[in-house]
Amino acid sequence: MNEDAIVSISNLAFGYADRIIHKRINMDFHRGKVVAIMGGSGCGKTTILRLIGGQIKPHGGEVRVDGKIVHQQSQKGIYDLRRKMGMLFQHGALFSDLSVYENVAFPIREHTNLNESVIKDLVLMKLNAVGLRGAYKLMPTELSGGMARRVALARAIALDPDIIMYDEPFAGLDPISMGVICDLIRSLNDALGATSIIVTHDVAETFAFADYIYFLADGVVAAQGSPDELKKSKLPFVKQFIHSQKDGPVPFHMEANKYADDLGLRQ
Amino acid sequence: MILFFEKIGFSLRQKITRLGAAARLFFSILTYTPENFKRFRLTIKEIYATGVLSLVIIVVSAFFVGMVLGLQGYYTLQKYGSSEAIGVLVALALVRELGPVVTALLFAGRAGTAITAEIGLMKATEQLSAMEMMAVSPIARIVAPRFWAGIITMPLLASIFSMVGVLGGYVVAVPLIGVDEGAFWSQMQANVDFQFDIVNGFIKSLVFGIACTIIALFEGYDAPPTAEGVSRATTRTVVTSSLAVLGLDFILTSFMLTV
Amino acid sequence: MDRIKFDAWVGIFVALGLIALMGLAMKVGNLTSNDIKTTYQITANFENIGGLKPRAPVKSAGVVVGRVDSIVFDTTIYEAIVTLSIDERYVFPKDTFANIYTAGLLGEQYIGLEAGGDSINLQANDKITQTQDAVVLEKLISQFLYNKASEEEEK
Repeated sequence: MNEDAIVSISNLAFGYADRIIHKRINMDFHRGKVVAIMGGSGCGKTTILRLIGGQIKPHGGEVRVDGKIVHQQSQKGIYDLRRKMGMLFQHGALFSDLSVYENVAFPIREHTNLNESVIKDLVLMKLNAVGLRGAYKLMPTELSGGMARRVALARAIALDPDIIMYDEPFAGLDPISMGVICDLIRSLNDALGATSIIVTHDVAETFAFADYIYFLADGVVAAQGSPDELKKSKLPFVKQFIHSQKDGPVPFHMEANKYADDLGLRQ
Repeated sequence: MILFFEKIGFSLRQKITRLGAAARLFFSILTYTPENFKRFRLTIKEIYATGVLSLVIIVVSAFFVGMVLGLQGYYTLQKYGSSEAIGVLVALALVRELGPVVTALLFAGRAGTAITAEIGLMKATEQLSAMEMMAVSPIARIVAPRFWAGIITMPLLASIFSMVGVLGGYVVAVPLIGVDEGAFWSQMQANVDFQFDIVNGFIKSLVFGIACTIIALFEGYDAPPTAEGVSRATTRTVVTSSLAVLGLDFILTSFMLTV
Repeated sequence: MDRIKFDAWVGIFVALGLIALMGLAMKVGNLTSNDIKTTYQITANFENIGGLKPRAPVKSAGVVVGRVDSIVFDTTIYEAIVTLSIDERYVFPKDTFANIYTAGLLGEQYIGLEAGGDSINLQANDKITQTQDAVVLEKLISQFLYNKASEEEEK
């Protein structure tokens, strides 16, 4: 185990009732780095974030956050760990009954006893960091997808977390918003001295700014390394993924009966 | 044949599992209660949503129910020459049964569905998950305030329903039909007992309040996080609440009449 | 501003609810008409109570002065022991007469107290000795028929 890692995952196994998702996963996330977890849809990338946050318990192995084993913590212990984390959900998950301002103020109000003027300064600072100070009065329904995600990011960093987790931060965004989010992830990470964990399948964006990348496939870490190392990788899976080829180790066709049989063409 | 019994067994097991989950939700709400009362503002907001917004439907339907009771009661009682007893009939029917029961049914339709849909959607859009990741318990922040709001609201709504219903009966009986006003009120007062009728009706509405709110909260909290899941959960809230209210009403009534 | 709006509406709502509850208690119910708060208990034995029920009214000169508290059957004397809760404001002489009456022909039954002339009043847990049983309609009818029959015979 690496001393420098703020989050480390060792021998992790997890699955739902009839489906094994993770067989044996080892990962380390070092302080101050932007680390991406990549892999095809449904390979359990998001599940890893939930395991780190302690929302679900692993079937085997362990996740350590700041040296503490997450699934052995009490409810209070988990909540204490979560205060060091900020998470950006895929669609922002802004509270729809609260304004943008109140959304960002929410974690501050819940966890501190600061008075209103301090809260206001903090909220406007965070909104300014994502460039949406002007939107503080709006309701979440009045925001575009990219703006909602930036507000959610402001909310995730409201308490200056040590770990910021991003669940598919680029999904469904136009190229401009995508670029904005990319820049924000990098600059916030460096400004806060935090560790960023990004779950994504956007190759181009991720390779441009991540420090380290893990590839998940078949419940194990299929490949890992810095973007440059991975680009040179000879592993067929990585090649297929990076160059978005239709067929390869990951087949286009789901396992099925013989096509001819299904069509009833057998003699 | 075996398949048939298997189906019954499966659905029974599922029902019991859900009942257990609902009970667990109930107890975790109770454990967050002290925290909830410290921040009563959240509950006040929910009382607004469940109580104040249900006020119109409650008042209007109570008035009509009271008027219908007055009319129907009059034509029946008149045959026995005791049309003055119309006040008793209206008041007893409302205070004992219709007040708590109809209020609970309307509550399930108006406030219960709103609670289920709201919580279901919050779950579907990951708002509850987000809250958990912010180290804030959704049960403390979202579920518990709605629970207490429901419990506070229901008896008040039922009281308003009964009172407005009696006024509706009065409007039909006294100015429209011409029953003697003094007889209307005095017969009512002589035959409606505070403890037996009014307090028992109050207890009923309290129990219905707990049942309806828990069902609505649980269905929302347990809903599959999809559009279809939420809509099904909303339907189930109405169906389950209505059945629970009517069933509980029978049980409570039989207890109250024998003791 | 939102806060004030919520608070005001919720305040109005709760006030309305409480007013309705008070209205039910005062105007619809009998909380004011006979607010019997402190009572004392006396007992009376009856051979037959007819259809008397607990919580039936106890009236004197038509005024409700109390309620029937409990009715038990005593197997040593084979009589019904009826406990009455009487409002503290009303006192009755020792030789008060307790009757079981029926309100109207088929109405509910109640206990009527007729004050006697004794100078000593009934105290708590005292017993009314002079009682008259409920009139049982079947008995009356059979008595009537029996009398009719014997009259016929005499002729």
